[in-house]
Amino acid sequence: MPLLEIKNLSVHFGTPERPVVAVEKLDLAIDAGEVVGIVGESGSGKSVTSLALMGLIDAPGRVSADACSFDGRDLLAMKKRERRKLLGRDIAMIFQDPVTSLNPCFTVGDHLTETLAVHEGGSRKALRARALELLRQVEIPDPERRLAAYPHQLSGGMSQRVMIALAIACNPRLLIADEPTTALDVTVQAQVLELLLRLQRERGMALMLITHDLGVIAETAHRVMVMYAGQVMETGTADDLFTHPQHPYTEALLSALPENNVGRERLQTIPGMVPGAFDRPAGCLLAPRCQYAQARCQSERPALRGNPPCQVRCHFPLHADGIKE
Amino acid sequence: MTNSSDNTAVADPGTLSPLNPLNPITPPSPLAELWRDFRRNRGALLGLALVLVFVFLAVFANWVAPYSPIEQYREAILVPPAWAEGGRMQFLLGTDPVGRDMLSRLIYGTRLSLLIGLVSIGLSMSLGIVLGLTAAYRGGKTDIAIMRCMDVLMALPSLLLAVAVIAILGPGLINAMYAIAIVQLPSFVRLTRAAALGELSRDYVTASRIAGAGPLRLMFIAVLPNCLAPLIVQATLGFSTAILDAAALGFLGLGAQPPTPEWGTMLSSALEFIQSAWWVVSLPGIAILLAVLAFNLMGDGLRDALDPKLKR
Amino acid sequence: MIAFLLRRLGVLIPTFIGITLLVFALIRLIPGDPVEAMSGERGMEASRHAELLKEFGLDRPLPVQYADYVYKAVKGDLGRSIVTQEPVMREFLDRFPATFELALCAIIFAVVIGIPAGILAAFKRNSVIDYGVMSVSLAGYSMPIFWWALLLILFFSVQLGWTPVSGRIAIEYDPQVVTGMMLVDTLLEGDFEAFRSALSHLILPTIALGTIPLATLARMTRSAMLEVLGEDYVRAARARGLSPLRVVGRHALRNALIPVITVIGLQVGTLLAGAILTETIFSWPGIGKWMVEAIHRRDYPVVQGGILMTATIVILVNLIVDVCYGIVNPRIRH
Ligand SMILES: Nc1ncnc2c1ncn2[C@@H]1O[C@H](COP(=O)(O)OP(=O)(O)OP(=O)(O)O)[C@@H](O)[C@H]1O
Ligand SMILES: [Mg+2]
Repeated sequence: MPLLEIKNLSVHFGTPERPVVAVEKLDLAIDAGEVVGIVGESGSGKSVTSLALMGLIDAPGRVSADACSFDGRDLLAMKKRERRKLLGRDIAMIFQDPVTSLNPCFTVGDHLTETLAVHEGGSRKALRARALELLRQVEIPDPERRLAAYPHQLSGGMSQRVMIALAIACNPRLLIADEPTTALDVTVQAQVLELLLRLQRERGMALMLITHDLGVIAETAHRVMVMYAGQVMETGTADDLFTHPQHPYTEALLSALPENNVGRERLQTIPGMVPGAFDRPAGCLLAPRCQYAQARCQSERPALRGNPPCQVRCHFPLHADGIKE
Repeated sequence: MTNSSDNTAVADPGTLSPLNPLNPITPPSPLAELWRDFRRNRGALLGLALVLVFVFLAVFANWVAPYSPIEQYREAILVPPAWAEGGRMQFLLGTDPVGRDMLSRLIYGTRLSLLIGLVSIGLSMSLGIVLGLTAAYRGGKTDIAIMRCMDVLMALPSLLLAVAVIAILGPGLINAMYAIAIVQLPSFVRLTRAAALGELSRDYVTASRIAGAGPLRLMFIAVLPNCLAPLIVQATLGFSTAILDAAALGFLGLGAQPPTPEWGTMLSSALEFIQSAWWVVSLPGIAILLAVLAFNLMGDGLRDALDPKLKR
Repeated sequence: MIAFLLRRLGVLIPTFIGITLLVFALIRLIPGDPVEAMSGERGMEASRHAELLKEFGLDRPLPVQYADYVYKAVKGDLGRSIVTQEPVMREFLDRFPATFELALCAIIFAVVIGIPAGILAAFKRNSVIDYGVMSVSLAGYSMPIFWWALLLILFFSVQLGWTPVSGRIAIEYDPQVVTGMMLVDTLLEGDFEAFRSALSHLILPTIALGTIPLATLARMTRSAMLEVLGEDYVRAARARGLSPLRVVGRHALRNALIPVITVIGLQVGTLLAGAILTETIFSWPGIGKWMVEAIHRRDYPVVQGGILMTATIVILVNLIVDVCYGIVNPRIRH
């Protein structure tokens, strides 16, 4: 049984009469200790997916799913209080912008001890000691002094380390990292990612890594899910997907990677834009931008086909020999 | 307003050439857009409707009011409103202690209140714009001097400052207008200065400066129209404060003097009848409340519609 | 923090000098004769005029006069009232506790009701509660308070007979003046009947004076709260499994209160400067009533001194607000 299992998750914004689709019929399963990468352009619904499974989508957003269970427990049937207890303890999340994700009125120590106190309790002294230990684990130099620092006194990389310390404080079994390095300087991006992966290995956490950076995914993830305009376009093991992309979108993403453009004059890009709230095509969502699009793609929306872990949503998959129907 | 919209378009090339050439969107005119956002707010619409009613009453007071506001009907002293016991149809809202028709006095009072608002805000805003633009453009010592003067004015609570000005000028309607204008001056100066400083750092200002535009031209033709939005909001909200302060001064006997049908003055001269004749005290108060509420609602609506942060 | 305070002082001192200049100029700006204005005598002979000119020091050059005025003011000498011949400073100090007591009660009233109302409105955004709170506060904000005070008197004092109409305490009680605040003085004497009387006299003025600050605070708190509730750190706090109470009451509130505290401070300054209208209507013997009466009587030394003192209070309160602002906002403290 997978650690996390989501079936048919949809998230809508807007009014019920004019709904805006953010995530559409998404299935996702993550095993304990597994690293799953989620990629896709901006606005493809990656963040909304993770927020939905944390239960953090507020009205007017609406979440629906056939199943959403963690460790065999149904998250949807759970009382709010019960579900909250899981958050921060068994499921933790790291956000894109670490600087604004820390409360400017509280010190680093306040943040850490509060989270520890809420989930585990203990004396002030013990909490402080644990907080200190956590800062050491995320390799923050001079942790005693940092404990008393306010967020505005920290650099971006340092803030993200604090966020990571907060996330791993209660030994979560699933860590969701939503573009954990996007807001950071290029020089510290690699360090932070390194840290994240080391912690994942040491603790055997499952990691759901959301990123724009396919290169990172290729190096770290066991499985990959490619999203576009709220839909899953392709899933597969990292090896398969990167060597034999079946979806034209995956292929386009890969060919946009700088390392696949060595020697070319211009970086390849995907023409056009992600469909907006009210101009979703009737057929395949990618059809207007797809270089292989045919008549059928314009009229009929493809279903997700194939057996997990390798699935693709395309009428005319590339490397079609790859899927066994 | 129209002027401002023209300039916004020039200032922001984005509105002229849409990002996506395949899908040219004609931007709605800023005025139409403003009206669209404003209309969505029911409170603001209510405020606008009330303001229009007040303006109508003020402009056509001579025709709308059934009687002269100062004519005394000796045989009809303290007649209750028509619907109350003892009321007469000829005096719909009753009469005051010397037999003047309340309705007519209230209608003429509308004219006075709007006039006070118009004059004091007009004075305050024009002086405020000049001072604010000067401070922003000249910077340095001029800026500091102007802003310190405004700080001095702001160190006194508004009504106390108005009272202090009256202490110098003496009580009266005209002096009350001056007093209110002075009280509101700092907010206009600060607002203009802040907005102008923001605009001055923009490229189009640098461009016209390089093109040799003189400071006057630059400030009034290029910069000012782009600062108008917050000024309009402030003027609307200031209008309500002006009405309120004028009534308060009238109430204290420092503003309009009897028998002028100013709402606050009417209220204070009827104080002794508060128990026996509720209408002489209640009605002017309701008039003040409604007028102030109307301008506040409209001002809030304008601010929300004009605030780019709240849009989208 | 020290640097921050010094910077604030750097702005406040020129403001204070400006106020003294304004007050000094006041007597010379009134149309007519400053000698007549200061002495309170009208149509005097030329010899008497010259005598008084010398007495008030008005024959000296203006800068000398100004320096003299400021020197005396700093020592606490604000001249004497024309009407009562009492030192202005003494009259001010006699009346200030009444204003202070009323202002304090009004601001407590406003804070205790306004802030929770604003929080509730933000928390239940777009609900009936939100619309209710916002409508009431808009009405309160637009209320002519002199009229509102009259309505309160009409209803609670005249109709229901619950509260007295004016004054600070019933005449039969005469607590010894220690702090000048009736509530405190009666308690110090242990006279609970007198305390009740003082309290009942305070209720209506408190409501009348507190209404506008209450409405302002409710609006401010709501918008500050709404802004903060949309911040990333609120979402992050929820993602750590903290309860809504903790998220709103600790994480959001703490940040939302930073601008609200500034507003409270500004309101306190305004209220301490004397509630002109409220004090006039309720015959409350405070600074506001004192100054309006002085203007009606053309008691210029009192007007001058009163303005100087109130402005000083406002400036001092603003300084205290800045300190509080620094304390609650770590970005300034460090
Ligand atoms: N609160 C909201 N209200 C309305 N629409 C929303 C809201 N949050 C997200 N959306 C919409 O949902 C879609 C998916 O957004 P999401 O933030 O998940 O994208 P993303 O894949 O995380 O992009 P990025 O890489 O930029 O983070 C977007 O079109 C966005 O406009
Ligand atoms: Mg995102």
